[in-house]
Amino acid sequence: MTSRRTLIAASAGLAAMGLSRRAMAQQLFDSMFIFVPAGPGGGWDGLGRAIEQASRTAGLVGSFQFENVGGAGGMVGLPRFISQRRGRGNALLVGGAVMVGAGITNRTPVSIRDVVPIARMTSEPGIIVVPASSDLRTLADFTNALKANPGATSVAGGSAGGIDHIILGLMLKQLGRNAREASYVAFAGGGPAQAAILGAQVKAGISGVSEFSEQVKAGRMRALATTGETRSLEGVPTLKESGIDIVMGNWRGLFGAPGISAAQRQALVAYVTAVHATPAWREIVTTRGWDDAFLVGDAFAQFMQRDHADTEQVLRDIGLAS
Amino acid sequence: MNAIDGLMLGFGHALSLSNLGWALLGCFLGTAIGVLPGIGPALTIALLLPITFSVSATGAFILFCGVFYGAMYGGSTTSILLNTPGESGSIITALEGAKMARSGRAGPALATSAIGSFVAGTVGTLGIAFLGPIVVELALQLGPAEYFMLMVLCFVTVSAVLGGSALRGLTSLGFGLLLGLVGVDLQTGQPRLTFGVPELLDGVNVVLVAVALFAVGETLYLAWRHVEGPAVVRPVGSIMMTRQDWRRSFWPWMRGAGLGFPFGVLPAGGTEMPTMLSYYMERKLVRPEHAEEFGTSGAIEGVAGPEAANNAAAAGVLVPMLTLGLPTSATAAIMLSAFQSYGIQPGPLLFTTQADLVWTLIASLFIANVMLVVLNLPLVGLWARILKIPQPQLYAGILVFATIGTYGISNSVVDLVLLYGIGIIAMFMRRFDFPVAPVVIGMILGPMAENAMRQALTISQGDWSVFVTRPISLVILLLALAALAGPRLYGVWARRASA
Repeated sequence: MTSRRTLIAASAGLAAMGLSRRAMAQQLFDSMFIFVPAGPGGGWDGLGRAIEQASRTAGLVGSFQFENVGGAGGMVGLPRFISQRRGRGNALLVGGAVMVGAGITNRTPVSIRDVVPIARMTSEPGIIVVPASSDLRTLADFTNALKANPGATSVAGGSAGGIDHIILGLMLKQLGRNAREASYVAFAGGGPAQAAILGAQVKAGISGVSEFSEQVKAGRMRALATTGETRSLEGVPTLKESGIDIVMGNWRGLFGAPGISAAQRQALVAYVTAVHATPAWREIVTTRGWDDAFLVGDAFAQFMQRDHADTEQVLRDIGLAS
Repeated sequence: MNAIDGLMLGFGHALSLSNLGWALLGCFLGTAIGVLPGIGPALTIALLLPITFSVSATGAFILFCGVFYGAMYGGSTTSILLNTPGESGSIITALEGAKMARSGRAGPALATSAIGSFVAGTVGTLGIAFLGPIVVELALQLGPAEYFMLMVLCFVTVSAVLGGSALRGLTSLGFGLLLGLVGVDLQTGQPRLTFGVPELLDGVNVVLVAVALFAVGETLYLAWRHVEGPAVVRPVGSIMMTRQDWRRSFWPWMRGAGLGFPFGVLPAGGTEMPTMLSYYMERKLVRPEHAEEFGTSGAIEGVAGPEAANNAAAAGVLVPMLTLGLPTSATAAIMLSAFQSYGIQPGPLLFTTQADLVWTLIASLFIANVMLVVLNLPLVGLWARILKIPQPQLYAGILVFATIGTYGISNSVVDLVLLYGIGIIAMFMRRFDFPVAPVVIGMILGPMAENAMRQALTISQGDWSVFVTRPISLVILLLALAALAGPRLYGVWARRASA
């Protein structure tokens, strides 16, 4: 008994020493729990691990704990985060645009509105491509084809109701057609979708810029437009500058557990702001080719509300939500 | 750079001491995780991703490829010995492999799968080096219509595992198709048969179902039927392959490798379809004097073929990744994300911009293959000895093993409920003589076939003639018809000729 007690005391002492040493590097949290509602290796997991890496380098957090629960655009993991972490001030959920749409189409009882928005970290614009052999040379060719006969203009992308699908729906609406007329071909994962475009099985494809940019560089796909506020690829116009008023991106961000106090939320906002300011974070963003889209606190909360309302409207137009 | 120069360069880099070390570590890890049901190569590589912060790109990718190839070797071990597939490419191996083990031929079954994996892995890796870019261009010619027809062709293979009663077999197939429907529909984003359980949104894991059907079902069935039975210890038999085993394995290896590689290269192919086709082919091509071994005492052809197919397909999966930067499987997707953490953008230019890395990788695949066969052959004797454990203890162990592995897939209690729920169904299926293999086939092919068909019909604007107007699609359809009707017609003809 005695020996065990001594051991505990000794380890507590060691921990305290460790703490005080790190405290000098302005440690903000003793421990941080990061919940990734997707499998390891994907975009959300990458963001979570990057937060860990930057925090460790700057000594902002003592220890990290990760949990990955993947599936269905984050909707398998989200309920678990909500029920298990309620009121916990040192827990962060990684999420993003995909979750907004998935929550609406899947009709799950919980949605991304049930967690507390902390910050948007990155965003990736979409890109519209055609096979290199396609006779659609420009964006105008593509929009004319869509306008004339949306059914004959098949477009490949990720799962139905995702951002790729939403971009197509919005375009059809702007062109005066019904979003339900879209000939959208959903593929599981980027590989099969890219293969369908490279093999000219479909007329066009929509995905994130990074998914297709190497194919465009190699001349195997032709980029018609990107969907960001500004140009993402040299010589490729944005939809906005081409007169189609759509700005869409696959944003990724961080959320707090439901039921946390205003002070706890503020602490998380301060922590994420500190991470964003570290040189290590900037370095990661550059190597990974991410677009910094830092938006924090109330501004992010307002953005979330708008995004949710817009997404719901488009999905209703497409016929995937009621 | 041509392939020969590339390989010379690659071997030059790969044969360094540290790279050999990474390859050995990867092979060892891969074999280990292949043995455990549930944890596959994709998850393992994902968990190893943090090493990319401290290890050189070459070292990390050699490690990853070792894990990938190793898992394909390890997956067959539990399929054969314990009737518990470790990953989805080994499900078909369990059909004949477990029966061979039960009749005292575990050693030859394990040996033919290890050597077959080596042969097919080498053929597949040669394929990557010399044929990769050509095969991948051909693969791109296949669209959803052709994929649907490939699935139709694979459905024909169900007839080889139907067992005595077609009605019972087709009922099993229907159950598999039903399980495959669970989850969010890809084409509309709507949940199907999820009953408000969020864990079901992503569908039911196919390895979980295989483990439940084969391992849990059998364990429960034995516990139910053998209450007071005498303690039977299974014979281990000879470990070595006889001269006849070699002769019977050789062509199945070659055919399996030939089938597996192109299916692996297909962007929507994978390792499961070629194993089904290979099993069907071996069952039809087997010499008449061994035909009765299929489904009874276990035929070595039925292990050699699918095991070779699965390894060649694993090599094929790397082709679209290396030549086009396409992530066509979960494992390839994670490896591509590892490329990105080194600041390398994987794409069609990878072969030119990162020639050193790519060729070192290919060379290390050859090395990993040799290491794996050297690592696995001596283990055959050791593994086979597992069967000396008395049945009650052995099956209790299998149950523990299956439970841990399943919980490891997603740390979810819902999965455990599914495992035992489907296990109990499988127990009754055994009791009433329903074959379990069609369930797995239905579950794998059902969702793939559904999506391919709906994609094809979306592109053709609902015109069904697309399946017969596209030449390749028509050819595959005719092949499927021939495979279905051919053996019967031949049977009728043979009877007439002899009469």
